[in-house]
Amino acid sequence: MIEISHLTKKFDGFIAVDDLSFTVEEGEVLGFLGPNGAGKSTTMKIITGFLGATSGSVTVHGHDISRDPMAVKSLIGYLPEGAPSYPDMTVLEFLNFIAEVRGFSGEEKKQRIAKVIREVELAEVCHKTIETLSKGFKRRVGLAQAIIHDPKVLILDEPTDGLDPNQKHQVRQLIRNLARDRIVIISTHILEEVSAVCTRAIIIAAGRIVADGTPKELEARSRLFGAVSIQLTQDFDLAAALEGVEEVADIEPSDEERRRFIIIPVPGKQIFGKVLDRVQSEHWPVAEFHLVEGLLEHFFRSVTSQTATSQPRTSRGARASQQSANQQQG
Amino acid sequence: MRNLGIIFKRELAGYFATPLAYVFIVIFLVMSGIFTFDMGGFYVRGQADLMPFFSFHPWLYLFMIPAIAMGLWADERKSGTIELLMTLPVTLSDAVLGKFLAAWVLSGVALLLTFPIWITVNYLGDPDNGVIVAAYLGSWLMAGGFLAIGSCMSAMTRNSVIAFILTVAICFVFVASGSEIILNALRWAPQTLVDAVAALSFLTHFDSISKGVLDLRDILFFVIFIGSWLFASAIVIEIKKAN
Repeated sequence: MIEISHLTKKFDGFIAVDDLSFTVEEGEVLGFLGPNGAGKSTTMKIITGFLGATSGSVTVHGHDISRDPMAVKSLIGYLPEGAPSYPDMTVLEFLNFIAEVRGFSGEEKKQRIAKVIREVELAEVCHKTIETLSKGFKRRVGLAQAIIHDPKVLILDEPTDGLDPNQKHQVRQLIRNLARDRIVIISTHILEEVSAVCTRAIIIAAGRIVADGTPKELEARSRLFGAVSIQLTQDFDLAAALEGVEEVADIEPSDEERRRFIIIPVPGKQIFGKVLDRVQSEHWPVAEFHLVEGLLEHFFRSVTSQTATSQPRTSRGARASQQSANQQQG
Repeated sequence: MRNLGIIFKRELAGYFATPLAYVFIVIFLVMSGIFTFDMGGFYVRGQADLMPFFSFHPWLYLFMIPAIAMGLWADERKSGTIELLMTLPVTLSDAVLGKFLAAWVLSGVALLLTFPIWITVNYLGDPDNGVIVAAYLGSWLMAGGFLAIGSCMSAMTRNSVIAFILTVAICFVFVASGSEIILNALRWAPQTLVDAVAALSFLTHFDSISKGVLDLRDILFFVIFIGSWLFASAIVIEIKKAN
């Protein structure tokens, strides 16, 4: 179990992490989300013992990071942001070095190295120096070093950054496999990843927790939860056509495509079926009709935008289903 | 201690994985040759000793040693591997010492490879080999002093060229403070100050060792000097880690 209590980190004048408290249990895959500069990486650096906290405490399986850093560091496998590794070493030399530092020798060391090479599929680049590898391979080398000692706690800072879709899928699969009876904390910008691998998500903004729950719970807290996206083939007065449906709270035009509208339900109400009935019975000129997707992303923006950016919520809400997570965070 | 050895091994292998170690050794040997035979008047003096060889070492080290020290920490910071290293179960002192020792052994290897000069002087005459051994030891200790400064300067920046320049500048202070020029310029000052300045210089301590006088105080000077600068390195790394 990881217990973080009242963790605060100040850098010359600005507060990167502001009184953060949460605990993570075995078996949880925690997605750590937040805009750039929200304090995700700083928090991870404190948990892994790279940075000292200004105040507050971090305890990993009962060991306090400031009092017993060696014990904590042996429990944790960590992939730092950007997956740094020694460029002059070959993959094998590098993994050998990490395995030795982690206390393995002889036959066990060999087996562990062989195992991670299999797991993250590094066999073909084993004897190449790391500087000659592609970004995807470098990241996998970083992952390999993080899991070589079968850590109880795995902390991955943007594990799939720079990977192609196939590699992303592979890494997520790997994370899911690793998740059993251990703690995994990943930070990411890719919100679909959170839905795909995380059992819990914490959103932080300006160093504070602004939301904490399962991905499903957070999606349900979005204003667009249950909203319907509709694409019309010709001009049509939606507002008039939806007259009398009490569950409809609002109709917003999408600013992405002409004649696309988002029909937003009153919180807690279902509208999909009712609206669909009308579409069919009244023969609306409809090309596309579906539930709004990307709710997590919409929710993410709504809770982080007040603190991070000052863009208005309403007009951005309608774009939720289309835009990728990276664009508005860049 | 176990991890110190692992880091030492990795660092030393790192020097030889790139051309750095070979370039360093070759240039060191060529330069010592030039200094000894050409500028030092090895043959002209008609004496069977290695004074011309050793007396140039402080000046040779001034530019050579910073080159192998500059990357010690600056490169780790630049590539981000410092975060990897410092989150492995490795103590800071293991890391600082391991890296320092690797660089020190490299300089020792370069120094040992000057053995043909020693063979030459033994072939030509009948030198006091005890003095020569002492001088080799002193030279290696002095290289350690330069390296310890370099380790600290390298920890200050992520740019290894800046680390190089800073190291040369500071090493120069510790070499020059014992030279005639500086000490003569300080003639107006009280004798204790002049002595203090001279006592901090590598030259003062190296000179007596290279004459075969293995004074414990000179050895202690280098040991404490190395220890202090390595301690300073650890503090700098700890402070500057965050940026």
